[in-house]
Formats: sequence, structure tokens, C-alpha cells
Amino acid sequence: MSALHGRVLHASRLSLTRFAASKLCPSCQCLQVRKFQCITGMGRRLSQVELTSKRYPKLKRGPFATLTDADVSSLERLVSGRVITDKSDLDGYNTDWLRTVRGASTIVLRPKTTEEVSAIVSYCHDRGLAVVPQGGNTGLVAGSVPVFDEVIISTQLMNNIISLDEVSGTLVCQAGCVLAALDDHVAQRGLTMPLDLGAKGSCHIGGNLATNAGGVRLLRHGSLHGSVLGLEAVLPSGEVLDCMSTLRKDNTGYDLKQLLIGAEGTLGIITKASILCPQRPNVVSVALLGCANFQGVLDIFRETKTKLGEILSAFEFMDTASMEMIGENLRLINPISASPFYVLIETGGSNKEHDEEKLSALLEGLMEKGKAMDGTLATDTTKIQAIWGLRERMAEGLLHDGYCYKYDVSLPLPSFYQLVEDMRERVEGSAKRVVGYGHIGDGNLHLNVTSSEYSQHTMDLIEPFIYDWVANYKGSISAEHGLGFKKRDFIYHSKSPSAVALMKQIKNLIDPKGIMNPYKLLPSK
Amino acid sequence: MSGLRVLVGCKRVIDYAVKIRVRPDKMGVVTDGVKHSMNPFDEIAIEEAVRLKEKKLASEVIAVSCGPPQCQETLRTAMAMGADKSIHVEIDLATYEKMSPLHVAKLLSKIAQDNKVDLILLGKQAIDGDCNQTGQMTAALLDWPQATCASSIEKTNGDIKVVKEVDGGLETVKVKLPAVVTTDLRLNEPRYATLPNIMKAKKKPMEKKKPVDYGVDIDPRQKVVSVEDPPTREAGQKLDNVQDLVTKLKEQGLLTS
Repeated sequence: MSALHGRVLHASRLSLTRFAASKLCPSCQCLQVRKFQCITGMGRRLSQVELTSKRYPKLKRGPFATLTDADVSSLERLVSGRVITDKSDLDGYNTDWLRTVRGASTIVLRPKTTEEVSAIVSYCHDRGLAVVPQGGNTGLVAGSVPVFDEVIISTQLMNNIISLDEVSGTLVCQAGCVLAALDDHVAQRGLTMPLDLGAKGSCHIGGNLATNAGGVRLLRHGSLHGSVLGLEAVLPSGEVLDCMSTLRKDNTGYDLKQLLIGAEGTLGIITKASILCPQRPNVVSVALLGCANFQGVLDIFRETKTKLGEILSAFEFMDTASMEMIGENLRLINPISASPFYVLIETGGSNKEHDEEKLSALLEGLMEKGKAMDGTLATDTTKIQAIWGLRERMAEGLLHDGYCYKYDVSLPLPSFYQLVEDMRERVEGSAKRVVGYGHIGDGNLHLNVTSSEYSQHTMDLIEPFIYDWVANYKGSISAEHGLGFKKRDFIYHSKSPSAVALMKQIKNLIDPKGIMNPYKLLPSK
Repeated sequence: MSGLRVLVGCKRVIDYAVKIRVRPDKMGVVTDGVKHSMNPFDEIAIEEAVRLKEKKLASEVIAVSCGPPQCQETLRTAMAMGADKSIHVEIDLATYEKMSPLHVAKLLSKIAQDNKVDLILLGKQAIDGDCNQTGQMTAALLDWPQATCASSIEKTNGDIKVVKEVDGGLETVKVKLPAVVTTDLRLNEPRYATLPNIMKAKKKPMEKKKPVDYGVDIDPRQKVVSVEDPPTREAGQKLDNVQDLVTKLKEQGLLTS
């Protein structure tokens, strides 16, 4: 009797969480511990990923020193007990999230304070050892992993939240704080982080800043260049650059932090940040709409901006290939009928009745005019998360196909989807799938091609075709992912030679020995 | 064969994903400004009722909710999912907070009789109260059979065959109609309300009633003495090796030798 009692009366919130969260990794049926992390790894084992030095035989190692046992001892003294040299533990740090490149570093250092970072970098600078700063290692252009044997400096243990001013919304924290943890922290005070992306459960704020991460809320909060109030970083010499500030307005001299934001760790390692957090909306709703063609997507965008105005907080699109992929690979259900294109609209406001009125008017109008063929509206958290899951788990889903050729471009809206159609035609027969989705509200397309194994033939069909196509329309070859290792040689497709020349001068000025994250961002020639 | 008339109870509760906070006066939890939605088990009940209608086994689905005016949103959601009409039994917030399952059961049994209902589908429990009593009490008041914690429902001539989730596994029962069935998690996956249906729901009828219309006395029979947070979980200790673990267990008196 007591057993029955216990079973029937257990807190249903808990049972619901267990049921809803019992996601089994589709490929190996192990429990998915966190989003993006399956215990045994998705398909390809880390050690099976080809070494970068082998995949790119023409790439030469820079004139850096090689790590000796004496170096390891000295570094161990600087970060006692927080050094990893065990081969079996290094694979995760050496391999990128997409499992497309693998470096050969033999050491990972895990400092806790800015002083430790400064000491490590000074040492490496004096010795001429190359270093690579690493946050959550969720970057998509291989910018956070070594190419050869660079010393990995991880911000994993620099995860202190230093202060939060509720009145001004200013958050001060170390660079190794995980974005989702920061969001949870500020949410308790009615605030929100000014950025949100699929990798939030794993990425570090330092990495977000270094890559000037975009994400799904850029439409509403703008870029990090506007939200960051101050930074502290360690320069390649080991010197600490203090640009920390909690002031909203401070026009006193060159704004150096802007140089570091988006520099992808090539000018210094960000150790602290001061970020302006906006008010968290009280009421959030998400609508998913299906429409017949790409022009429909653009029409919906215009209507949405007009009717929703200031409460619009995200506007994303997906094509039918994306929805099919997410259904096949992650078994996520499409809540509406199959459509050629899907639009996800999120609103975030302060007044429930006002927002509902605006949203109802918009959605009814779109249905009546036939702009939307079908759709659903979610106001309860479970359904909102489920709909967002369709869009946020795209990158994860694509990995299940095998190898993912990932592209992230900015294009003028009229020609936006043409690229996907042209690419589909071009790689026909040489690829498993071509999907197009992304932050259409920002003119940012994520185009992905997949095949079961890496194929040089497929790669040659895609590159430089895609970059030439984008350059032709004066778009950006990397809207938000950055250049990292993979796209650096295509920088000229989007930046003029004079601009790149000045970038190189700045790099030489700040990092004359070139030890800070070499082989990244700037072109090899 | 005429279809069943189905009554579904829908409770408006604090959204399952919201972090619950105890009120400073320790007499309840904070509900003001907090996101609410339909009790997940009730969503499952509505879904099952709508599926019965789609299989032409049910002819009408009536959603009912008791409480303050905001309950009407919950009923609109129910109608957007496919309920034909709804009944809102309006009760002011202060009185509503003191209601217990017996009051609801009395109301539901009267509504069922008034509307000549053949099947009452309820969530097995609400995620706020966790009482798991309303379904059972309603059946007793009506003197109808009950099948609780259903993970599958099948209609067979004048009866229904229900698979119940019990401690030992699954129990299958055959129940004569009219009956009360309460839903468990694995019964179905509730559908998303599509926009065309959301728009249609605005035109579906919603009756407004009061407890006095059913002759039900909802005076509170229980008094809340206090509401408190559970004791905070203390941090665990990280140990370096098995020897330390054994030592610590011995220190705590958890090991004999």
C-alpha cells in the first residue's frame, strides 16, 4: 500500500521533467547528458578525426619553440594542479566541435585568475611558444583548437560572476562563465543576456566576445560591439590590458575593446568582461508559420516588423530540407503541416494583453491574406522550447549525417535563397543534403552541405564557388562565425586589400612574435 | 451509433518550467505576474477526447475550468485543440486558492449530470496540488466506475478497455460507461493548436457559470497553516580516493567495521 502511495503521489513536476528530458542520443541510444553532449560521441570518435597537419599538408608550422619537459615543469608551477598532459584527455581540447579538425597539442593549462593567465602568457612569450585561447570550444571555424602543437589555455576554471548591478543592468564576470549560467543568474533579477545562441549551454562569454557572436536575439539587442561596456585581456606579451568599465558612456580615447571583440583571440586573451544586460521580457510567445515560397518569407518579415514593432525579439527561417533533416536525425516533430518554408517569430514584451493583441492581429492577417499556409502559436514554456528546439538543434542534427560543410553568409535579401538552390544543383550526386536556415531578420544565411564522409571532391565543388557567389553580391563570407582557421584565406572576398594590410600591421604591433592563436583569422598570404 | 459526450477538466496552473517561489507571508506561492498554462495532464486529457472525436467515437467534447477570469484562456486553448464548447465556473481568486479536490469533484459531477455526459476525462493530478483525488472523488459522487492513471483507452461496444500504470507494471481493466478516466503521461502527445483552429476557437461557445448555479458549496474545509521551501540541499563533498570515502563513511557511523 505504501509503495502504491509513494508511486502515485510523487511530485509530478519531477516526473514530467524526467519524461521530457529523457532524450536518448539517436545514434548510440546513450543518455544525452546536456544539449550537444552525448556520452559516447556522435558517430565519429574524436581520435578518428584526421590531424589538421595531415589534412592540410601544404601548411607549415610557424617558427615557434617546441615544448620541452622543462617548459611543462615551469608551467605546472604557474598553474599548480590544473595542467592536463594525459594523451587520453587531450583529444577533446584538440578537436573542434564539428569534428572536422584535430590539433596535436600536448598540454592544456587551466588558469583561475587573470594573474595566472598573465604569468603563463609571459612565459610562453619569452620562450617563443605559440598559444591558443580556448573557451567552450563550440566555435564553427576551427578557431579555438590548435593547428599544430600550440599550448592550449582554457578558461574553463575562470567562471566567477563578479557583480551584477540590478539598476543599471551591468554584469561583471570572468571570461570562462558559461552563457546559459550567466543568463540564469541575471534572469533572477529580471534581466537577460544580450545574446542567445544554440551553444549557450557550453560556450564561454569570453569566446562569445572574441568572436563577436551573433545568435538569435541580435535582431532585438544588437551586436556585442554595443553591449560590452568593458574588457580586461592579457596581451601576447603577458601584459594585462585593463579596459574594464561599467559606464554606459565613456568617450575618452580610442575604444580598444572594440579591437578585441571579434579578433578571435589573435590579439590577446579576454579574461574579464562587463556587459550591459537588458530587461527580460515578462511575456514571451513563439509562432511557427509555414509558407509556400521564399517571397512569402520576405512578405511575412515586412508584415511582422510593421505589426509587431518593438516586441519582435527573433525572426528565423528554415527550408523544408532543414525540417526533414531535423525529423530524420533527431526525431523532432514538425508541429504544423509540411511546407516549403518555415518562419519562427518570437515576441518579448512587458504586457500580456498588448502583445497578444498585436500577435493575433498579425497572425490572422497573414492567414487571411494567404501569406501563411499554416502555423501554430505557443505561449507555454514547454511548447516554446520545443519550437525553438527545431531551429536551435539544427547544427547538432546535421552532424548525424556524417561530415558537415558549414557556411554562414550575409546576403541581400532578394538573392538570399538563390544561393541554396544554386548549391543544391551544383553538388547533386556528391552530397547527402543541402539545407538553408538562419537569421533572416539579419540577412544571415546558414547554408550546410552534408555527406557521410569528408570528400575532397565535394569540398572542391563547394569552395571557392560559394565564396565567389557571395562576393559577387557583395555579401559577407562569414556573417557571425568568424574566419578562424577555415575561412581565413577567403578574407579578401569580403575585405579590401588595404583593410587587410592594416589588420596585419595591427597584429604585428600587438603580437610581434605572432604567438597568440597563430594560423587564424589573417590570411596565410 | 451515437457518439459519447465527453467532459474534460482543465486546470490553469503555474507553468511547469517556472521556478516556484514562496510568498513572503508564507501562506502560499507567488502567482502574480507568473506564467500560467494548462495542467500538462489535462492537455493530455483534451488530446485524448479530441482523438475520440476524430475516430467518431465521441460526438461532443466539453472543456470545463473552475477559477478566476484567466481560466478562460485555458479554455480557449482547449477549444483550439478541438473541444467543441467550454464551461467556465467563475470563482474569485481568494476563494479559488482555498478550493480543494472535493469542491471540484462536486462541481464536475453536477456539470456531468446537467450535460448528460458519458465519459469524464481528467488529468491524474495537477502539478501544483499533486493531490490525485479529483477523478476518484468525482467517480464516487456519481457512483460511476473509474480507471485512473490511464496509458491507453480503447472503446469496445458499451465498455472501455483501459490500461492503467501501476507500481507493478500495467493493469488492464474493462470499465462500463458512463465512467471517469484520469490520464497519465504516456497516454498521448498533445497536439499543437494550429492557427486556423486558434481562430475558430474564438467563435466557439463558452458558458459562464457560478458554483451556486450547481448548488455546490465551496466553503473551504481546510486551512493553510504555512507554506515553506524544502530544506536547502547541502553541498556534497568531493573525495580524492576510495580510502577517504571509507574513512568518511566510518566517521558518520554508516559503516560498522
